[in-house]
Amino acid sequence: MKNILLVMITLIGFTVTAQEKKNKNAKFDIEVNGNCEQCKKRIEKAAFSVAGVKSAVWHMDDHTLHLILNEEKTSVTDVKKAIAKAGHDTDDVKATDKDYENLHHCCKYERK
Amino acid sequence: MQKSITVLLLLLLSTFSFAQDTLQAVKVEAKSRSIKKSLKTTANTTVMTSKELLKAACCNLAESFETNPSIDVNFSDALTGTKQIKMLGLTSPYLMITEENIPSVRGASQAYGLSFTPGTWVESIQITKGAGSVVNGYESISGQINTELIKPIGDIPFFLNLYGSTDSRFEANTHFNKKISDKWSSSLFVHGNTRISKNDMNDDGFLDNPLGKQINILNRWQYNNAEKGWVSFINFRYMNDEKQTGEIDFDKDRDKLTTNFWGSEINTQRFDVSTKIGYVFPDMPYQSIGFQNAYNTHKQESYFGLNQYDIRQNSFYSNLIFNSIIDNTMNKFATGLNFAYDDYNEFVGVPGITGNYDRIDTSVGAFFEYTYDNTTNFSLVAGGRIDKHNRLGLFATPRLHIRYNPWEKGVLRVSAGRGKRSANIFAENQQLFASSRVFDILNSGGRIYGLDPEIAWNYGLSFMQNFFLFGKSADIGFDFFRTDFQNQAVVDLYESPQQVNFYNLTGNSYANSLQLEFNIELIKHFNVRTAYKYYDIQTDYLSGTSERPLQAKNRFFTNLEYATHIGEKGKQWKFDFTYNWMGKQKLPNTASNPEADRLPKFSSAFSLMNAQVTRTFSSTFEMYAGVENLGNYKQDKAILGNDNPFGPNFDSSIIFAPVFGQMFYAGLRFKIK
Repeated sequence: MKNILLVMITLIGFTVTAQEKKNKNAKFDIEVNGNCEQCKKRIEKAAFSVAGVKSAVWHMDDHTLHLILNEEKTSVTDVKKAIAKAGHDTDDVKATDKDYENLHHCCKYERK
Repeated sequence: MQKSITVLLLLLLSTFSFAQDTLQAVKVEAKSRSIKKSLKTTANTTVMTSKELLKAACCNLAESFETNPSIDVNFSDALTGTKQIKMLGLTSPYLMITEENIPSVRGASQAYGLSFTPGTWVESIQITKGAGSVVNGYESISGQINTELIKPIGDIPFFLNLYGSTDSRFEANTHFNKKISDKWSSSLFVHGNTRISKNDMNDDGFLDNPLGKQINILNRWQYNNAEKGWVSFINFRYMNDEKQTGEIDFDKDRDKLTTNFWGSEINTQRFDVSTKIGYVFPDMPYQSIGFQNAYNTHKQESYFGLNQYDIRQNSFYSNLIFNSIIDNTMNKFATGLNFAYDDYNEFVGVPGITGNYDRIDTSVGAFFEYTYDNTTNFSLVAGGRIDKHNRLGLFATPRLHIRYNPWEKGVLRVSAGRGKRSANIFAENQQLFASSRVFDILNSGGRIYGLDPEIAWNYGLSFMQNFFLFGKSADIGFDFFRTDFQNQAVVDLYESPQQVNFYNLTGNSYANSLQLEFNIELIKHFNVRTAYKYYDIQTDYLSGTSERPLQAKNRFFTNLEYATHIGEKGKQWKFDFTYNWMGKQKLPNTASNPEADRLPKFSSAFSLMNAQVTRTFSSTFEMYAGVENLGNYKQDKAILGNDNPFGPNFDSSIIFAPVFGQMFYAGLRFKIK
C-alpha cells in the first residue's frame, strides 16, 4: 500500500508542473484531516460529488488526498469546499464547527 | 523506487483482465494470511497466496487446493495419477482456468493440464465462484481460477526445492533470476519430477500410481518502464511428460498394444509462447491498454490396453483490452476484443468408435464490462460479450455481480451469468479409456462430435460476516450457487457397466451447491477453518433422473494451522492438519456384472487426514515433512475385472476414494536472496 502511495506521489510529482492551459487531468495532493476508514469514505464521497473529479484517493497515514480533476469543469478549491462541507478540514478551507460536530464520534479528528 | 512502481504497474496491468480494482487491492494488503476473502470485491473471489501452497505436499497446481474448501480435489485415478478438481460440484471443464489471464487448461489439456504447472512457480491464485468476468471469454460456467506466476522483477536470484515421497515420487525445482538492466529482468524455472518404482499396495496386480517423468522449463522476460508507463512480459515454455501404468508385469517395449499384459502410456509434449504488453497513461493512472497473445502446441499420444487415443492441438489466443473511467473512478469500464483459433487433430480407437475427429474452431468476440463502486458499501460489475464462433454460432454472454455491505464487516453478494462451450468429450473423459466400455455418441446433428454446445446459467448468493468472538477474530458465511443447464453433453455411465453413452441433454440438469464456512483464530497464530458443503446435482439420463455419479452429497472440511513466533534469524515451526469427511457417493451402474465385479449402489462415507510440519531454519532455508492419508483409507476394489483386463468387465475408472494408502513425504526449500 505504502509503495503505491510513493509511486502515486512521484507520478503526481511529474505532472504537477503548473500549466497555464486548463488541464483535463490535473493532479493535486491536498491535505485533508481525518481519522479512520469511515472518514476515508466520507472524504472520497465528498470529492466525487463535485462534477469533474475523476479520481480521489485519501490516505489515512499521511492525511493526503490525491486528486485528478478536469480543470475545465471544476477547480481544486471547489473540491476543498465540498470536503469542508462534509466536516473535514483541508489545508486552506476549514469545516464549520457545526459540520465538524455532525461527524460520527470516532471521526472527530484533532483540529489544527 | 523501481520496485514500487512495478508494483503499481503490475496492479494496473492485472486489472486489464479482471476489471475490478477492488479485487486487485486485496492482493497488496499487508496481511499475512494465506487465504484472503475480501469484504470489498464485487465477485466472490478468494485469493490464495503462495504461502498457502506450502501447507501441503502440493507439487503442482492440481494438488494445490487441498487446503481450500472452495475447491474439491478428487482422488487421482490409478491410471493417470493426476487429481481432478471440482468447483460447485462441477468438474474442471466447466471452470475457466487461466494463467496470468490467458486461458491455459482447455481443450486437449483439460484432463492433465493442471498437473503441468509446478506449485513453486505460483505467486498467487484467485478463485472466483460463479459466473466470473466476461473479459477472458464465454466458457466459464461454475467459476474461474487464475494463477499468477512469480514475476521476474520481484524474484530472488536462486531458489531450490527438493521433494521425495514414499510413493517413490521425486521432484526438483530450481529457479534462477537475473536483473539484466534497470528495465529488463528474466527468470528461468526448471522443474523435473519422476516416479521410478512400481507400487501395488492393494495387491490387485496393477500399479497404484503411474511411473512417470516430467521436464518442464519456463523462461520469462519482463520489461518495465515506469516513467513511460510500459510493462511487458515474454514467456517461453516447454514441457514433456511421460506416464506408464497398468499391470505390474507390463513391459512397454514388449507388450504395447498386445494382450500379454494390460498397460498404458500417456506421453504429452507442449510448447507455449506468450506475450503481454501493457501501457498505463502516465497522467491518467486509471486508463490503460493491454494486449496479450499466446500460441501453444499440445500433443498427446497414448494407449490404454488396446484402446488408442492421440490428440494434437495448436492454439492461438489474442486479447486486447482498454480500461478507463466514465466521469470518475466510481465508474470504470473495460472493453476489448478476443480472438481464438484452435486446430485439433484427434484419433480415437476404442470399442464402438474408431476414427479421426479433426476440427478447426475459430472465434472472434467483443466485450464491455462496466464497474460501479460507490467507494463505500455498494459495487456492481455488469459485463456482456458477443462472440462469433464457427461451431457455437453468434451468441451473447451476459454476466452480473453485485456486492453490498449492509453493515460493518458484513458482505452480501449476488451473481448471475451465462456460459457456453463445446465439450471435448474424449479429452475430458480420458479415464474411461481404461475400461472395456463401448463408446457411443447417440446424436449426430450437432457440430461438435455430433453434439450441441453446452449452455448453462449460473446464479449465486452469498453472505459473510467478520466478527470477534470472545476477542478472537472470526468469520462466518454461506454461499449458495445454482447451475442450470440448457444443454449439456451428458456422459452416461448408468446404462450398462459395459457402455458409456454421450448425448444431448433432454430434460433437466442442474447443480446446487451450498457451503457454510466458519473460521476463527483461536489463539495467536492458531487458525481454524471449517466448511460444510452440500451438493445436489441431478441430471435427466435416458434411464431416468439421477444424481451425478462419484459425487458426495455431503462433505465436511477442516484445516488447522499453527505457527510459532518467528524467532531469531527467522527460525519458526509451522504445523498443518487437514481433515476431510466425505459422505456416500452414487456409483456408476455395475448391477449386471458378475458378483465379483459388482460395486454397491453407493460408496460408504469415509474421512481422510493430512498433516505437515515445516521447520524454518533461517529466512533462506527450510525443511518440511508430512503425511497424506494418515488413516490409510483405501478403496478396496479400485479396478473391476482386474483378473481379466481384456475381458468385458474391466474398468479402472470408478475411483471414489484413495487407491494408494498412507504416503509420507519430505522436502526442502533453499533460497539465495
